[in-house]
Amino acid sequence: MADLLTAVGVRKEFGGLVAVNDVDFTIPERTIVSLIGPNGAGKTTFFNMLTGVYKPTAGQIVFDGHDVTGKPPHAITQRGIGRTFQNIRLFQSMTSLENVLVGMHSRLKGGVLRAVIKPPSLKREEIAAREKAHDLLEFCGLRGRDDEYARNLAYGDQRRLEVARALGTEPKLLLLDEPTAGMNPQETAEFTAFVSKLREEEGLTVLMIEHDMRVVMGISERVTVLDYGEKISEGTPQEVQRDERVIEAYLGTAAVS
Amino acid sequence: MAPGIQAVRDSTPALKRQTMPRAKRAAIVGIPAFFVLAVTGSASLGLIVAVLIFGGLYIPAWNTLPLGKWIVPLGVILLAVLYPLYQPNLFDVVVFGNFPSIDTGVTMMIFIMMALGLNIVVGYAGLLDLGYVAFYAMGAYTVAWFASQHFSNVNVHVGGVGVAPDTPGFHISIWLVLIIAGVFATLAGILIGFPTLRLRGDYLAIVTLGFGEIMPQIASNGDNLFGHNITNGPQGINPIDPPGFGNTLHNAVGLPSDYLSSTSSTRLFYWTALFLVLVTVFCTVRLRDSRLGRAWIAIREDETAAAAMGVPLMRTKTWAYAAGAFFGGVAGAYYGSFKGGTFPGDFYFNISIFILCMVILGGMGNVWGVIVGAAFLSYLNQEGLANIGAWMNANGVSDFVFRKNIDVPLYTSGIFGVILVLTMLFRPEGLIPSSRRKAEFHEGVHDEPLYDVTHE
Repeated sequence: MADLLTAVGVRKEFGGLVAVNDVDFTIPERTIVSLIGPNGAGKTTFFNMLTGVYKPTAGQIVFDGHDVTGKPPHAITQRGIGRTFQNIRLFQSMTSLENVLVGMHSRLKGGVLRAVIKPPSLKREEIAAREKAHDLLEFCGLRGRDDEYARNLAYGDQRRLEVARALGTEPKLLLLDEPTAGMNPQETAEFTAFVSKLREEEGLTVLMIEHDMRVVMGISERVTVLDYGEKISEGTPQEVQRDERVIEAYLGTAAVS
Repeated sequence: MAPGIQAVRDSTPALKRQTMPRAKRAAIVGIPAFFVLAVTGSASLGLIVAVLIFGGLYIPAWNTLPLGKWIVPLGVILLAVLYPLYQPNLFDVVVFGNFPSIDTGVTMMIFIMMALGLNIVVGYAGLLDLGYVAFYAMGAYTVAWFASQHFSNVNVHVGGVGVAPDTPGFHISIWLVLIIAGVFATLAGILIGFPTLRLRGDYLAIVTLGFGEIMPQIASNGDNLFGHNITNGPQGINPIDPPGFGNTLHNAVGLPSDYLSSTSSTRLFYWTALFLVLVTVFCTVRLRDSRLGRAWIAIREDETAAAAMGVPLMRTKTWAYAAGAFFGGVAGAYYGSFKGGTFPGDFYFNISIFILCMVILGGMGNVWGVIVGAAFLSYLNQEGLANIGAWMNANGVSDFVFRKNIDVPLYTSGIFGVILVLTMLFRPEGLIPSSRRKAEFHEGVHDEPLYDVTHE
């Protein structure tokens, strides 16, 4: 299996603090990979470097054959990395449908002049885009919520809308930042099934940060563990579970000895 | 559209709002209208108008009629178009006096245009621009360069009207110059935007404030800019050619060859301004509903998320600036042609704030609100305050409160300040807010960004 994303020696320093310390990391195509680690381990920082929010201090990130190190976020999204946020960051004053349409921004055309003149081709595009956004909402379990303002959606639905919006960018790689945070066990199970479905039906590759070990161990092929900005373990869920360094990082030295 | 989408549409909040009992809505507008008109004018006229309003709102369910949604806007446009014809016969409003004159109407239209332009920048994209007057000045000076005798060492005539063929200087048809001015202002917008739009929030406001201060300084000192006389300094550039349709059209279909030679020049200026406003409204509505408009609102809401969804921040913001600048430029050019001159004194910082007040008072992001805000404030500035002052002096109000007659227009800035403060206290979302904005102000959904998109 080819690697969709390769990160080599990625490093991020904030002043004197090394948040991510020379991490090597690969994501094979059509896999579900989880990134775990205690709080403050540098998972989200690593995520933000993949998506261009932060520029790495050193190292290289290659996605789908293109060097995307330090590229601006919109360029990386255009290449095919879609993401959700740990703290839901929807466009609250827009409807669900509009949120997804913003996600589709880089897949649609039309600048100022075309918007003003509005030729028939643009009208057709717009209708097609709306239908596609509508389908995406339905696919993510938001049937009938098209015209609801994002701020009025229930918490679980907001999480779903974040995924729908990310799917609107037509990603090859979907990054989920703690997608099941705040969900009840029932919702979590549904969401886990949904992520598997994304991979099976849409052929997506998924990288997620997750704290719920049932989710992580249940669906990921590969797990990478970060601690204090360093990669301390990598492998199948079973391998990682047995790794002493991981247990140490989570439970402290006493647990191992 | 798929049937599924249609079904969902039918339950939208917008439609629910419109089914508010028509009788109630009609009464809310009609009955106060009667009292206001009955007190101020004649009772019979008040009754007629009130019945018309009541009937107009109650009887037809506009939204269910074919083409129904056009009836109200068309009615408003018709009223505006015919205004110069019935304005002299209108009654006096209590305190406010006469309805605005046609001259004032033109100025109001120009300010509406500018407010709509600024609304793109501030209302849609959420970029606080305190130097919008720079684009207005750019437009006004463009018309001064290309339709006057300022550059007397050249002699270029392209469809200019109202000037002899051997008059020196550029004399390009005003219609063309309006577009050129828009383009020049757009270029200025891109030039200013490029270095400044990297900044966020307060910092952007401060830098635009700087540009707004620089522009009038350049204008009033531009009579010797590196040895060239660009702006003719404090004297300004005048006269500027009037708009018109030229002799060919004049002889063929009777259109005025140039506005100043016509006996009803003010009306012509009014109708032209109205046309420009309609074009501006059309463009801003189209832009708002486009892919770009969605991106602007997304940026206003959450830059980080917008960027992560593939919206190029710099480019999209620059487009907002450029589009806003375009309309500012056109408005400035038309203003120059209307006044017949361009003077640096017209472009001071207070104009930027004045236009910003219009946008805030009317309701940021809402085209109709901004129109109302701009019309109201520019009317107050032109005529309203003077009328109110006259009424206060004549009826002893000034004498009672201040012990002497006062000149109300002297306190214009202070009065606008009070209006702004009152707006912020009692209706921060503006008179006619957009549905998006309204909720933001009342529910406070705006969170501080958790981290910044930075490329250090």
